Amino acid sequence: MILLNSLLYRLKAKKSRGLKDQHTIAYLFVSPYLIMFSIFIVIPVIAAIYLSFTYFDTVRAPILIGFGNYINILTNDDVFMQYVIPNTLKYAIIVGPGGYILSFLLAWMLAQLAPRIRTVLALIIYSPSLTSGVTMGVLWRVIFAGDNTGYLNSVLLNLGIIVEPIIWLQSQDFLLTIMIVVTLWSSMGVGFLAMLAGILNVNQELYEAGYIDGIKNKFQEMIYITIPSIKPQMLFGAVMAIVGTFSASGIGVALSGSNPTPQYAGQLIVNHIEYYGFYKYEMGYAAALSVILLLIVYLFSRFAFKLFGSKDE
Amino acid sequence: MRKQKFQGTKINPKRFHKSQIRYILIIMPIALFMLLPLVYIFNHAFKPLEELFYYPPRFFVEQPTLGNFVSLFQVTGSSGIPMSRYLFNSIIVTGLVLFASVLISTMAGYALSKLNFKMKKTINEINTIALMFVGIAVMIPRYLIIEKLGLIDNFFVHVLPYLAVPVGLFLVKQFIDQIPNELIDASRIDGATEWQIYHKIILPLIKPAIATIVILSFQTVWNSADTSTTYINNDVLKTFAFYMNTLTANSNGVAGQGMAAAASLIMFLPNLIIFILMQSKVMDTMAHSGIK
Repeated sequence: MILLNSLLYRLKAKKSRGLKDQHTIAYLFVSPYLIMFSIFIVIPVIAAIYLSFTYFDTVRAPILIGFGNYINILTNDDVFMQYVIPNTLKYAIIVGPGGYILSFLLAWMLAQLAPRIRTVLALIIYSPSLTSGVTMGVLWRVIFAGDNTGYLNSVLLNLGIIVEPIIWLQSQDFLLTIMIVVTLWSSMGVGFLAMLAGILNVNQELYEAGYIDGIKNKFQEMIYITIPSIKPQMLFGAVMAIVGTFSASGIGVALSGSNPTPQYAGQLIVNHIEYYGFYKYEMGYAAALSVILLLIVYLFSRFAFKLFGSKDE
Repeated sequence: MRKQKFQGTKINPKRFHKSQIRYILIIMPIALFMLLPLVYIFNHAFKPLEELFYYPPRFFVEQPTLGNFVSLFQVTGSSGIPMSRYLFNSIIVTGLVLFASVLISTMAGYALSKLNFKMKKTINEINTIALMFVGIAVMIPRYLIIEKLGLIDNFFVHVLPYLAVPVGLFLVKQFIDQIPNELIDASRIDGATEWQIYHKIILPLIKPAIATIVILSFQTVWNSADTSTTYINNDVLKTFAFYMNTLTANSNGVAGQGMAAAASLIMFLPNLIIFILMQSKVMDTMAHSGIK
């Protein structure tokens, strides 16, 4: 840091403060970020796109095969079509938009409360997003344990709802649902806080004006005043919800303890990438799946931008 | 009688009013659901061995003990490395990442908000697109690149990939946008260098944004077991989160559960404490988080 300081100082001392001078300094300020950003974000994305057009087994150099991987994914990959796509869609639609609407409604209701109780409740709702995959692993595996010592089994057995314990995490019927519940539980993160902060900062006079203009109830107030006033935060929240949904989607493997998940019940596109990349060493194929995932995320986000973005873009 | 015009309960009320009860009634069950697993972990961690064996299982601890924590600290991994070594690694890694990522993103944020240069608009736009970046989608090319850079089994592989966080830079930049340009121009006239402006004026003013990156980075790095699993073969260089992971993965025995819960609590508490300490600053930053 001292080195950089003196470097900047010398730069400044040498020349008078021209525009060109500010350019150089500006680049010095951004370059550390840009370098890290390029190495760990931009280049991997470009590499994924390139590799997706190759056959690459990590031993020999990649061989260009055009759209071969994509054609295989769409025509030959039964697991992808039968399990991965339907699972991913079901998961993404419930956790993405569902979790987003839930976090907006929670933020909106919290904003109607007095400061102290609001802070406590907001903290409780936010705290699960502070947990890691590690914490969740222990936690949920004991709650959903497959024998009668599992909490859920124990409760249901006591209530007489089931007669014998259900092996929740290995079950074709329940794994995906459990994944959705667990992810929703931990999804009230940064986006939730952003929307809460946004709602709290809406100008009170807008509401006064709204009442004079004949707003009749809380619902109208939300639709006509609150949401339009916090569009930028709504958009930020939406992007965070989309990214969070897909980033957390490896959870099925963490819960069931195996990849592929039992009968592919919780197999999502992220697990499919990992399976092809790290278990089968078909890097080109895995890269094509990555590109498809990035495209899905991008399309979802574009939709959010359409919905909440400012019009001049 | 003339119908009175609708008056909402007002967003952001200053004190409690009975009209707020209906919202509390809706939020309470959800908050309870959110809280339950955490209360459970907390109770489980302090249960003595015989309570872990209770059938049917009981939710609350009856005779709390520190036994699980003691055995957690005494146990050494299969490789003979004591837990304190992993904890030490994690603390160093987290410290380095926090320091470096705050430095890198505030410097870039200052330039992207207040300095004029050709690429400014483009970089800002690319960074906004990068908010949508899902890291695990590109785990494979990332692995290949890290391998090419010779970072496999290198301690810095824990640090470097976490330094560029588009969300962090975005929040910092938005926050710096609020600082009036006149303040900076006045300092320039007084002869301050750009570094002095950044260091003496900008940094003190953007403390809330810094607190926010600290929390976000802390959460990612402290909780990350993936780096150790994927890029590190040498056990001495692995982190606490990884160690917790192996513990919990092998915790099928009931006795292991208590230790695993204790470990989870150790993982979770620092996150919670830091967030509670900094929550007002985070909310302050989030007010400027909108994408326009």
